[in-house]
Amino acid sequence: MLELHKKKKDFAGSISIWVIRLMFFSLVIVLMFLLGKIIMQGAETISFEFIFDDPKNNMTEGGIFPAIFGTIAVTLLMVLFSVPLGVCSAIYLNEYAKDSFFTRIIRTSINNLAGIPSIVFGLFGLGFFILFVGRKMDEVLQTGLLFGQPALLWAAATLAVLVLPIVIVSTLEALNSVPKSHRDASYGLGATKWQTIRNVVLPQARPGILTGTILAISRGAGETAPILFLGAAFFLPNLPVADLCIGDYCIPVINPAKQFMYLAYHIFILATQSSNPTKTLPIQYGSTLVLIALTFLLNITAIIFRYRFRKALGRN
Amino acid sequence: MTEQENEFYDKAGDSRYGKKIKKFTRVKESLIKLFFTISGVMALVFIVLIFIFLFKEGFKSLQHIGLLDFIYSTRANGNKTVFEWYPTSDDPRYSLIPLIIGTLLTSIPATIISTIFGVAAGIYLSEVANPKWKEFLKPMIELFAGIPTVVLGFIMLVIGATFFNDLLHPENRLNAFVAAIGLSFVIIPVIASLTEDALHSIPNDLRMASYGLGATKWQTISRVILPAAFSGVSASIILGFGRAIGETMIVLMAAGNAANITSNIFLSVRTMTATIAAEMGEVSQGSDHYYSLFFIGIVLFTITFILNLIAEIIINKMRKKNTF
Amino acid sequence: MKDIKIVTKDLSLFYGDKQALKNISINIPDKKVTAFIGPSGCGKSTFLRVLNRMNDLIDNVKIVGEVSVDGVNIYDKNIDVVNLRKNIGMVFQKSNLFPKTIFENIAYGPKINGIKDKKSLDEIIERTCVQSAIWDEVKDRLNDNALSLSGGQQQRLCIARALAVEPEIILMDEPASALDPLSTAKIEELIHELKKQYTIVIVTHNMQQAARVSDMTAFFYIGELIEFDRTTKIFTNPSKKQTEDYITGRFG
Repeated sequence: MLELHKKKKDFAGSISIWVIRLMFFSLVIVLMFLLGKIIMQGAETISFEFIFDDPKNNMTEGGIFPAIFGTIAVTLLMVLFSVPLGVCSAIYLNEYAKDSFFTRIIRTSINNLAGIPSIVFGLFGLGFFILFVGRKMDEVLQTGLLFGQPALLWAAATLAVLVLPIVIVSTLEALNSVPKSHRDASYGLGATKWQTIRNVVLPQARPGILTGTILAISRGAGETAPILFLGAAFFLPNLPVADLCIGDYCIPVINPAKQFMYLAYHIFILATQSSNPTKTLPIQYGSTLVLIALTFLLNITAIIFRYRFRKALGRN
Repeated sequence: MTEQENEFYDKAGDSRYGKKIKKFTRVKESLIKLFFTISGVMALVFIVLIFIFLFKEGFKSLQHIGLLDFIYSTRANGNKTVFEWYPTSDDPRYSLIPLIIGTLLTSIPATIISTIFGVAAGIYLSEVANPKWKEFLKPMIELFAGIPTVVLGFIMLVIGATFFNDLLHPENRLNAFVAAIGLSFVIIPVIASLTEDALHSIPNDLRMASYGLGATKWQTISRVILPAAFSGVSASIILGFGRAIGETMIVLMAAGNAANITSNIFLSVRTMTATIAAEMGEVSQGSDHYYSLFFIGIVLFTITFILNLIAEIIINKMRKKNTF
Repeated sequence: MKDIKIVTKDLSLFYGDKQALKNISINIPDKKVTAFIGPSGCGKSTFLRVLNRMNDLIDNVKIVGEVSVDGVNIYDKNIDVVNLRKNIGMVFQKSNLFPKTIFENIAYGPKINGIKDKKSLDEIIERTCVQSAIWDEVKDRLNDNALSLSGGQQQRLCIARALAVEPEIILMDEPASALDPLSTAKIEELIHELKKQYTIVIVTHNMQQAARVSDMTAFFYIGELIEFDRTTKIFTNPSKKQTEDYITGRFG
């Protein structure tokens, strides 16, 4: 006769599972609380003027527009550097390379690049881009000390190297998800490898590449340590723009050789070194809210994108 | 050859099957392949460049500062051995010991806290959570991971330090403990995410086998799934630790910035990363101090490089062992 | 109903809105081998999993009807499912041994039920391995990784593992379909021995296997039980035309 009604005693097990649930949700609650506090205190400072005005009165009043502008300028340049390079890297790894010791080393390098401390990237930017490449450029172009010093260009280049693994990994995932049968169909019709990549693989991989770009931007905008001594400044009288004049027509373009203000850096200095911490506190909260809003928006967009992209694949 | 065969091979001349690839296309395809190959190698190139330039500038410090000076200095008067980092004094001391201790005093507690909460979160997401909720909760953890570290530093500086000050009354308001909590916010998502991946990749067969033998959910998790995913979880902890060591902004803003040698986590400390960040802006290029900061960079690079390598070896061994 | 072990009455199963099993009523006899046959997708594996409530682990599944073992309705609210599964063992189509040693795999069941002392565990392992005709092959390698065994050996080890928790009923879901003919023969021999002590229900897509191994056979088709009778009758003189068509290979 089966003993079916004997209830198995496993208190330890049930308690353990409840402890796990508790731990997870306590994390969520703490996160919500902290975000809530920032949103509440920051919202008091946020206004149209806050975003578009220049700072006034020794940073105790006014807005943070130059910091926002600088962040956009640097990340734009960073995307220009990192995305084409990252995509081409991923294309090599996924479409051309055969599994070998050499490709193992490349993949290890990508993983290791992702694990290097951000401050070490700052040192790299200083030692390589500014002092080596920049100085050499100045010698060759005979511009005096123009490129061999902290500048927007080098901050963008350094951040580009930092986010390179993000772009590569996202692109790899996107390329990998294109079914082999599509490539086979293309070759079967007599197309070359490049034609196949360009016309069949890349178009399908676009959402994944876009996701990677968005994640890279979010990461770049949030990084402070690498740019500490690569050109970020607390207060600059002018935006890093210059006029590009063709005859009488002048258009303002970003001047990559100038220093810049940066939202993440601004928060850092305000919080640790501002002359009057109590007066600047509202601005600290406001800037933090803007930065969080920016990164969250970017990350959520990327996540939703990737989710829908993976779902569409599932249907295939 | 028979006549039939002759006829067969004669057709070769007019055949569309025998056309050779046009030379132009062949060259073009080779160039394109070369272009992509060069791009593919760039990640490796950058690591090598970082290595070279870091070591190039860092080793210049050894011209004037002996290797042993990075560990301790002997004071001429009194013949005492001191472990101090004080490069800006008239009698500069370059001992890295206080900085290394600062790094360990913040990253080890952070890793311990993060392992407990991170693995729990990973278990929750993979085994306990309702699958419909999971689709919503896992991205939440990823959002958590996307918070800029300067924001976390700000939070700890402005909110966290006051909170713990009122609660625990530490000797220093900004200390290793506050920084460790801040670090945990960064590392918990790392460990949680990788743990969830590792647990999720264990095939369902094993769960079915365990339940089929009359095991409860917790027994299945603790005795079958977690042990099977052990390498993946270990690798995630190692990577989390590496991340903690390399973090700059949180420790810069919340750890107090005093280069103390202590085991008391409620005192201010200075980490290696914070030292570089804080002092690089103030050194004159080409000075010993300047090169010594690069030397610290070498130490950081080496530590995180080794940790990453270990994690990768573990993951690779795990992949090979899986005979699922 | 002295010799009946499992009774189902009008058992239906729904995946969401889709009905996968339709009103299945069957009396499975004690200490005999009952085979479920039918074309793929007919629901025989699903029905097997109803008997030890493994379908509970899948979302969106609804069960209607009665399933009783020894007179007890196993879908009753008060039934401890975990304990139920200890008493009804299952062997799966593909061996799913844990990535542990041979010893640890078999000891897992007893350990989670509180048996910890080495002497008892040793006894259990020897007994179940002898019953599963694998003792000679593993007795010197108990600390080897279980996954290092061959496919046929792994499957026999799965049977030993299931026996270690002392069930009364053993459910087998196509246990030999992934094995070579020699290993299959060994498993069939094993089933012949085991039925002296256990009630066995086996799902198989191999009709000859069903004919060789079972005492009773149930033929399923698109979620319905078409015919259930002694194996000899099903395979020589089936009552329903559908059964006859399947047996003679006109479809399936």
